This record gives sequence, C-alpha cells and structure tokens, in this order.
Amino acid sequence: MASERPNRLYRNLTAKIAAIPMILTAVCVFLGGTAWTVVYSFTNSKLLPRAKFVGLDQYERLWGTHRWVVSIENLMIYGICSLVLSLVIGFVLAALMDQKIRFENTFRTIILYPFALSFIVTGLVWQWLLNPDLGLQSVVRSAGWVSFNFDPLYNADIVIFGVLIAGIWQGSGLIMVLMLAGLRGIDESIWKAARVDGIPLWKTYVFIVIPMLRPVFITTLVLITSGIVRLYDLIVAQTSGGPGIASEVPAKYVYDYMFQGQNLGQGFAASTMMLLAVLIVIIPWAYLEFGGKKRG
Amino acid sequence: MANPISLSVTAAAIGTTRAELSGPRGARPKRAISPRNVFIYGTLLLVSVYYLLPLYVMIVTSLKGMPEIRLGNIFAPPVEVTFEPWVKAWATACTGLNCEGLSRGFWNSVRITVPSVVLSIAIASVNGYALANWRFKGADFFFTVLIFGAFIPYQVMLYPIVILLRELGLFGSLWGLVLVHSIFGMPILTLLFRNYFTSVPEELFKAARVDGAGFWGIYFKIMLPMSLPIFVVAMIIQITGVWNDFLFGVVYTKPDVYPMTVQLNNIVNSVQGVKEYNVNMAATIITGLVPLIVYFVSGKLFVRGIAAGAVKG
Repeated sequence: MASERPNRLYRNLTAKIAAIPMILTAVCVFLGGTAWTVVYSFTNSKLLPRAKFVGLDQYERLWGTHRWVVSIENLMIYGICSLVLSLVIGFVLAALMDQKIRFENTFRTIILYPFALSFIVTGLVWQWLLNPDLGLQSVVRSAGWVSFNFDPLYNADIVIFGVLIAGIWQGSGLIMVLMLAGLRGIDESIWKAARVDGIPLWKTYVFIVIPMLRPVFITTLVLITSGIVRLYDLIVAQTSGGPGIASEVPAKYVYDYMFQGQNLGQGFAASTMMLLAVLIVIIPWAYLEFGGKKRG
Repeated sequence: MANPISLSVTAAAIGTTRAELSGPRGARPKRAISPRNVFIYGTLLLVSVYYLLPLYVMIVTSLKGMPEIRLGNIFAPPVEVTFEPWVKAWATACTGLNCEGLSRGFWNSVRITVPSVVLSIAIASVNGYALANWRFKGADFFFTVLIFGAFIPYQVMLYPIVILLRELGLFGSLWGLVLVHSIFGMPILTLLFRNYFTSVPEELFKAARVDGAGFWGIYFKIMLPMSLPIFVVAMIIQITGVWNDFLFGVVYTKPDVYPMTVQLNNIVNSVQGVKEYNVNMAATIITGLVPLIVYFVSGKLFVRGIAAGAVKG
C-alpha cells in the first residue's frame, strides 16, 4: 500500500483487486447475463441470437404452446405438494428428533444421506423402484394383492407424483436438519413454562413453537421454492418428460428449446418466466428480511 | 426425555457430590417402553425404512444376474452374488458408440471436480476475506447482487455464459466447466467465508496491521491457518455440488468430456439395447459413491455446510 493517499480509488487497492472475480461475476454474469436474456426474449432469435425485436411475440407463442402450459401445471402441482410435504415431514421429523432420543445421529444420518446424492442418481433409483413389471407394483401383486395398481411413471395422470416421491426422498432430510437447528434454538424455559401452564404438547407446538420458528420456515420456504423452479435433472433421469409430455417442466422446456430445438427466443422467454416466478417469492422475502423497518 | 440409566447415573453423581440433598430429585424417571417412546421410535424406524430402501434395492439389484432379476422380487437378497454388473458398468457399458464404461466419466468428473473445488474456494475465501476485513465502497452492493444471483434460475444465465465461454475459447472444454462451477459456487462460498472471517476477533487483525502485515500477509499468515474447519466445510459443499451437477455438464461440455452424471444418465436411459437393470444399478451406485463417502466421512461438518446455505447474510 502506498504511504500517501492520493485518490479514493486507490484506498484498499489490493482488496479491490482481489475482489475483481466477485465483481465480474456479480455484474457481468449475474446482472449482465440476466438482463441479456430478458432483452433477447423480445427478439425472434432462432439458431443464433439476433437483435431483431418482435415485442411480446415469443411470450404469446409460449403461452399458446400446449407443452409449456403442461410444464407450468406440473410445476405448480409438484411445487405445492413438495412445499407442503417437505415442510410437514421435515418439521415432524425434526420435532421427533428433538425429544432427546437415543441414536439421534444414526437417524439423522439415515434421513439426510439422500441429500448427498445427485438428482440423476435419485431419479434412476426411483425409476427402477417404480418399474411396474419388476418393481414395487409387481412385489405387492405377487404378495397376493393382484389388483394392486401403482405405476406412476407409466401413467400420465399421476406421473408427477412419482417424481414427487423421489424429490421428497432426496430433499426432506435437508428441511429436517434446518428445522431441527431452529428447534434447538428455542429456549428451554419456553417448554417449561408451557408445561407448567398445562398446555398440551401439540398445542405448544402449533401455537407457540411454530410461530417462533417463523424465520426458519420462511428461509426454508425460499430455499425450497428456488429449488423447485430449477427442477430439471430429476425429471430427465426419472421420466425424460414422459409418458408423452406428461411430466415436462419449465426448466426442461428451456433446455430443449435453447440447445436442441434451436429456438433461442422461446428458450429466453421461458427462462424469463422462470425468473419472474422466483422474483415473486424472493422480493417480498428480501424486503422482510433485509429491507424495511424492524418487525415488532 | 433422558433414558432411565443415564438419569440414575446423574442422580448418583449428584448424590455423591451433594450429600446434604437427600431424597429423589430431578424429573420422574420414565419407563423405557412407554406409548410415547413406542410412537417416537416406531415412526422414526418406519421413516428410516423409506429412506434406506432405495439404497438397499440398488445394492441387491447390482449384485444379481439378469435372469434372477426378471423372475424374482426386487427386495429379495441375491441368491447368487455376482460382481459382473459392477465390472461391466465400470469398464464396458456403452453410451452410443463408446463402450468404455463409466470409468471415463469418472475420471472426467475427477478432472472437473478437483480444479473446480480449488479454484472456487481460492476465489471465494479471498472474496469473503476482503468483504469481512477490508471493506471498500460498493462492496455491499456487489455482495448483495452475488447472493441474489444464487436464487436466479440457472436457465436465465445459461446462454449468456455460452457466449462468454465461446469468446474465451473455453466452450466445450473441461476448463470452461471449471470456470462455470467457480462462478456458481461463488455466492454460497463467499457467504460462508465472509461470515466466518467476520467472527474472527478484530484485535487480531488490528495487531497484524500494526505489525506491518498487508492484505496478503494477513490472509496467508493469520486467516488461512485459523480457518481450516471452514475450508473443509467449503470443500464438502463444492465436492458434492460439482460432482452431482448435471445441467452444466450437459450444456457446457462435449461428449468426450462429459462428467459422470451425464454419462450415467446416457447409459441408463439409452433407448437401444436390452435394459440391464443390474448394470444400471451398479453404475448408479458407483456414481453416488463419491458424495456418499464424503457424506459419511464428514458427518457433522456436512450438516454445518448445508446449514450455512440457509443462514442469512
């Protein structure tokens, strides 16, 4: 560092130089890349990006495409079910683990290990388990229940629930760990006070503990949502979008149009819609967490 | 509630140290088999079965021969244990015209993961250090953008990065993918390091400044040696993250440098040929093995790593 200080720009110069990768990533890739995609979603780019603007044409086409509508429906069903189920399962498991049980580490290890696996591995395992001829269905049938019917991966009506089972299997351990950390942060005296007042355990949870865990729930909600919107690998591995287009999702639509269908404009428009979906969740959250005044 | 044994032990300990306090103390000991315990452990055991079943099925399927799979039930342990599917998955399974097995994907993944982990941690730790100890004007803005970037769907940035990599001449190569992983690993890792370095006592930093140490001197001589645990946490996050990635691998590389996940998916979901479920499952386990080993070895540190992702800046 220089001993004199000629210019504000040179203050902390090494730190600024060291932060160049971060600045480049933040500005060029995250901000610039996002803006670029949004801008080019208003063009009629096909094989290569072209700056010929066509207004909202791509969006009209997008919402007029059956496959996109199916993708959005699937994402909504998957998203809502996955959100509710992982929050409920995660919380119940965390509450059970919080009862000063023995073998807590063993149980946690078992419940969390799928989270270490990739979605590809998850999808392939569940594809095999849900195989109608050799998997779960055939086992139950050969055990005597001949009319048992559970073939989600080959049934367009329920295929998304087959994916859901796998998704919950992979992700609920994470939610449990986060919830458990939240529960551990609750003061012992609260439990004691509730017990002294004779409040039943479930009421303590519903009316005292859960409201206290609000920040944990909100953070978890944001994490799950941004994960759900990205849902891609699992679908590719487990169903490849099939049967037909019954389990298509937006992220797959984007990939297919950008890199296989050579229709960049559609891909850009679809990814901009995905961005919009995330922003709807993120902005209120960021406002609550970081901006605004302190909550009372 | 604590179990009766440990309760009586603590009661005994209290009894010896404080003889004047006589009579039973503490909470009333509970019986080991109460309806409550049956419910708790019963539920947890049942849940454990759901979580363990796929792993079990993967392993037993991979050890059976194809005739046995076609006739038997997927939960049955193998009658005749064979390691042939493992050998085939590793060395001769085909993707398209290429029949080198998963080994190629494995080594590609290693060659992608190692530099990605090193590069991203190097960048992120310096970022976090600069943000925590050498705050400059505008730093908060860049940091906020970075954190928001973690939530933007990758799909939005896929194509701009294609252009970027093409300009740099890295598109389709292993190093291009390494760069992409370093970029997308940056938000979470920078947050992790920033939070950690902020918790280092400021006196230490000031004392080093007084002694004449500069930016890099303090980083290498003080911060780095002090923060080995957080480097391990960062490594766990990155190794599992990079290894498990599929999207970036499929977008930014060409078939000969495909990472393992992409190759695995191509092997299993290929439409031509007879489905060999045992080979598929062996291949699936092999792919999952690296993150699983990292997970089981790292234990609590893994939990700390994922919790870091949920801690707000």
